[in-house]
Amino acid sequence: MPRTQSQNIASGLGWFSIGLGLAEVAAPGAVASLVGLPGNSATRNVLRVFGIRELATGIGILKNPGEPGWIWARVAGDALDIAALWTGAQSNGRDTARSATATAALIGLTVMDAFCGAQLSTASKDAGERNGSKAKRSNRVSRSIIVDRPVEEVYRFWHDFGNLPKFMTFLESVESTGDRRSHWTANGPAGAQVEWDADIVVDEPNREIAWSSAEGAPFKNSGSVRFEPAPGNRGTLVRVEMEYAPFGVVFPSVMGKMLGVDVGQRIQHDLRNFKQVLELGEVTRSDASIHAAMHPARPANGHA
Amino acid sequence: MRANCWMGKNKLEVQQVPDPKILNQQDAIVRITSTAICGSDLHLYGGFVPTMESGDILGHEFMGEVVEIGSKVKNLKKGDRVVVPFPIACGACFFCQKKMFSLCENSNPNANVAEALMGHSPAGVFGYSHMLGGFAGGQAEYARVPFADVGPLKIPEGLSDEQVLFLSDIFPTGYMGAEMCDIEPGDTIAVWGAGPVGLFAMKSAYLLGAERVIAIDRVPYRLRMAQEKAGAIPINYEETSVLETLKDITGGRGPDKCIDAVGLESHTHGLVYAYDRAKQALMLESDRPIALREAIVACRNGGTVSVIGVYGGLIDKFPMGSLMNRSITLKTGQCHVQRYMQPLLGRIQKGEIDPSFVITHRMNLDQAPEGYAMFRDKQDECEKVVLRM
Repeated sequence: MPRTQSQNIASGLGWFSIGLGLAEVAAPGAVASLVGLPGNSATRNVLRVFGIRELATGIGILKNPGEPGWIWARVAGDALDIAALWTGAQSNGRDTARSATATAALIGLTVMDAFCGAQLSTASKDAGERNGSKAKRSNRVSRSIIVDRPVEEVYRFWHDFGNLPKFMTFLESVESTGDRRSHWTANGPAGAQVEWDADIVVDEPNREIAWSSAEGAPFKNSGSVRFEPAPGNRGTLVRVEMEYAPFGVVFPSVMGKMLGVDVGQRIQHDLRNFKQVLELGEVTRSDASIHAAMHPARPANGHA
Repeated sequence: MRANCWMGKNKLEVQQVPDPKILNQQDAIVRITSTAICGSDLHLYGGFVPTMESGDILGHEFMGEVVEIGSKVKNLKKGDRVVVPFPIACGACFFCQKKMFSLCENSNPNANVAEALMGHSPAGVFGYSHMLGGFAGGQAEYARVPFADVGPLKIPEGLSDEQVLFLSDIFPTGYMGAEMCDIEPGDTIAVWGAGPVGLFAMKSAYLLGAERVIAIDRVPYRLRMAQEKAGAIPINYEETSVLETLKDITGGRGPDKCIDAVGLESHTHGLVYAYDRAKQALMLESDRPIALREAIVACRNGGTVSVIGVYGGLIDKFPMGSLMNRSITLKTGQCHVQRYMQPLLGRIQKGEIDPSFVITHRMNLDQAPEGYAMFRDKQDECEKVVLRM
């Protein structure tokens, strides 16, 4: 995703936070004198704490340049800085001219922070609407893996759709019911089963298989898997692309729960299983992974 | 069976849990006779490694007798006495074929989690968090061992558990640390950390032809062990300046190769420690790389820094300028144990090394929680704890 102007401003502010934070932590006395505050130990301690806060927000902003939350944290911090400077300026040993300059600079910075925060908030709201369940357009996900087997063998294994449940964890069964048609059964949420028919739309031996859900499927989905020799005789590069259209209220409840929150991650996981089935003959299991949900890494009761 | 379970940060309990069963055709079940507490277990104990679950069985250094095998196991049979390497490796994938077993592509069922945190996933490891697979560990009466034909090493008659147990991790780990230094005749090797892995790195450096080995630590009994058992020149960093002393010993040039056998919980005195500890507590960095920074800065121009201490996430204030401008090579990795087990067993059989020299405490499995606390707090001159059934 290209960076927007407000993200560039945000990262500038992030670096500024880190610079100021380091100065406040390492040389609080110098900072105090720069902004016209008395250089006593109380001021230095307050500046050190402020410095740690600046470092935290700075790192937060740089790690998540598109997220408005950290920028708003800066705005809150700015308010605190102004209040502290104002209080400090009332005490003895102040340098009024320097304090006034620093306060003016701080107010300018606060305006910039608030402007940037507002822009990012709008942008992230727009992005949320684009990706949300209300979106009209469909979702497309592509993932790939290298399997250390010849293209012919990898293609043949995938082409037998009855093999798919061996590595696609949400599928219960896939049966061939006609020339190009197959019947898919998946485990939906709360033990419910979802069934649909799919048709093979492309079948190029050792190159590509593509399928699409038939009319009347509970949700529209289509996918393709492409096979190509991996460079240097390293087996077969397998690339899966899936497209699924949100279908009224059914999509988030059924498809979402079936595939997990992150569809791409689910596909990558299943591709790893696919690789294990072909390279080792079965999917590797650990003591925790034999359970449906998070579970301690220890043997299970009564599991064969 | 009984097993040592992680119940939360700094909390362990020996509990009654179900016996392991065969889950994959290449599995074996091993009845454990000896198992050890590793320095890297202390990172789990202290809560520094993410994705631990209450109830996880710990332990990745273990050996015992094969009591059951899966239908596809060919090289092992019931009754074989084996040492089990800590990384779980399939033996078939791209990385296993390159003998980089700790990078196996097929042994971590939770690769997604590790990928999210590290970019790509390493191999699964026994008893070392869910990010590394969620495999039950070996501080227990029994363990399930996947890929039984690939990992476990059969032990010939005439060798005791204590002589061969450390082939599971710390001896090969220390050895790989020295091997990554590409030691040349005349080399001086400095090793940060005189824990068990550090001691094996020092011994291995001599085995591989080092002229002089220097040990850096702060615990007097550990430095004494390094001096007496591994022939190292000790430097106590709480008493002297490490950089100046190293320069002094090496005529100003610095050690030819440096080994970090400390990892993410390193200590130092004064402000630098406070800085890193504070950042770690505030979650601004996950690891304290104090020894690593010093090893880089100390290393001679064009030298090698070999990192075998465990790191988990992010570090701060990395001296990249020193590394780049002085042509330092940085090498690292979780040990590819399977690669080293057979040759190192050979060295033990030939009498070149007896790894049992690191053991200071022998306890029962039920005393595992005590053993952890003692090892962490360096009580009673504790260097290495072996648990027996």
